[in-house]
Amino acid sequence: MQTLKIVVTGPFASGKTTFIQSISEIDVVATERRISNESERIKNQTTVAMDFGRITIDDELILYLFGTPGQRRFDFMWEILSEGMLGFIVLVDSTRPETFREARRILETFRSYSPVPYIVAANKQDMPDAWPAEDLRIVLRVEDDIKVVPCIGTKRESVKQVLLELLYAILEIMDREA
Amino acid sequence: MALKGNLQDFGITQLLNLVNLARKTGSLYLESRQGKCMLSFREGKLIYASMDGEEESLPVLLQKAGKLTPEQVRAIQQHMAGRPDRDIAITLINSGHLKPEDIVKVVNQQTLNTVYKVFSWNDGTFRFEPTDMPPQGKMTTSIALENVIMEGSRRLKEWERLQDELPDLDASLKFAERPTTPLRDINLSPDEWRVISFVNPRNTIRQIAQSNNMSEYQIRKIVYSLLQAGIVQLVPSQRQQAAPAGAAAQPAAAAGAQAVQMRSPAVKRNVVQKLIDRIREL
Repeated sequence: MQTLKIVVTGPFASGKTTFIQSISEIDVVATERRISNESERIKNQTTVAMDFGRITIDDELILYLFGTPGQRRFDFMWEILSEGMLGFIVLVDSTRPETFREARRILETFRSYSPVPYIVAANKQDMPDAWPAEDLRIVLRVEDDIKVVPCIGTKRESVKQVLLELLYAILEIMDREA
Repeated sequence: MALKGNLQDFGITQLLNLVNLARKTGSLYLESRQGKCMLSFREGKLIYASMDGEEESLPVLLQKAGKLTPEQVRAIQQHMAGRPDRDIAITLINSGHLKPEDIVKVVNQQTLNTVYKVFSWNDGTFRFEPTDMPPQGKMTTSIALENVIMEGSRRLKEWERLQDELPDLDASLKFAERPTTPLRDINLSPDEWRVISFVNPRNTIRQIAQSNNMSEYQIRKIVYSLLQAGIVQLVPSQRQQAAPAGAAAQPAAAAGAQAVQMRSPAVKRNVVQKLIDRIREL
């Protein structure tokens, strides 16, 4: 049995747990706690260790989706989660520009852990004040050869598309190296 | 009795506030990883600042401010060697070369530049000696501390933001592959050009600053604006790249190239294709 891992990261409350829930075939094993810090009370619960979703590919192959905790004080978990990952997705709440700087920092951190392919998903594109994906590319200073994909984390089709875009990016790099 | 303490517990802003409100006279000595600084005050006003016991002579400061030519500076150094700055200032004013306000402006600026540097010091020690005054013959000034505190705090915030944006001075720079505007169409200041001339993945930002005799604040500010303008891109330092365990150390240029290039994960192509097919089916 071979297991593969994709990491879904991003700032606090960017929608990582929902993203994984939308596609996972099992109930996401979420390790959430009620938020104790008033300044972070955008939502009632947050992930403190990791989210864990699964997609069975065939009898021999399973894809795991790991969601990182968004709060900075749990970032010691990030490196552990990134070990052996196939690629990673940086999920950004497109409606909250105050988190963009943090998103860029997270992106840089994960990039330093491993040179695997990654994409940026501009989440919550169904919200009226969402920044367009291409604007996010500029503010996050994402290079032209990295995909910035619009996303609605509550919709399975949209989440599928994000995962596929990451896998296409992996294939492109494999082809380039071949 | 000297006031003593730790900058972690009692910061520069609080110290200057104290000096200002208590209208203190004396000298404040600061020692930090970044260096040593002496600030002198008279009745709550800043009159003198010196960093690391070194300071440029008045003629050199005036030359940098464009008030004297290099030839004039050489002549002063020849004829007035060993004379205190105050005597040199009086001679320059009496000879009609400079107005008193020109000299005051340059000395003020030098004093302010020194004091603004220490606003970013958040560790080290301080000691206030009420009997110490600037060395004899040094040019002094009189600057109200309220504005210094306001401007210093503003710069500190900017400094923190710059540090946040550009945390690693051991990173290097390379020219953007596809700049939005050609370099010749961009108006750069002389200092920005000086930095541009050193852009190369083999030169760290710290080295560029050293070569151009720039402070960390100056280099961060310039690099940040060049990054924002899309003229240059960062090449992470070797430390940031966190090379895989067991990987041999590489020269900076080669390591920089590796950092910007993604590698495919250790799986076979057909495995990735399987994932794609399965996810499409979902």
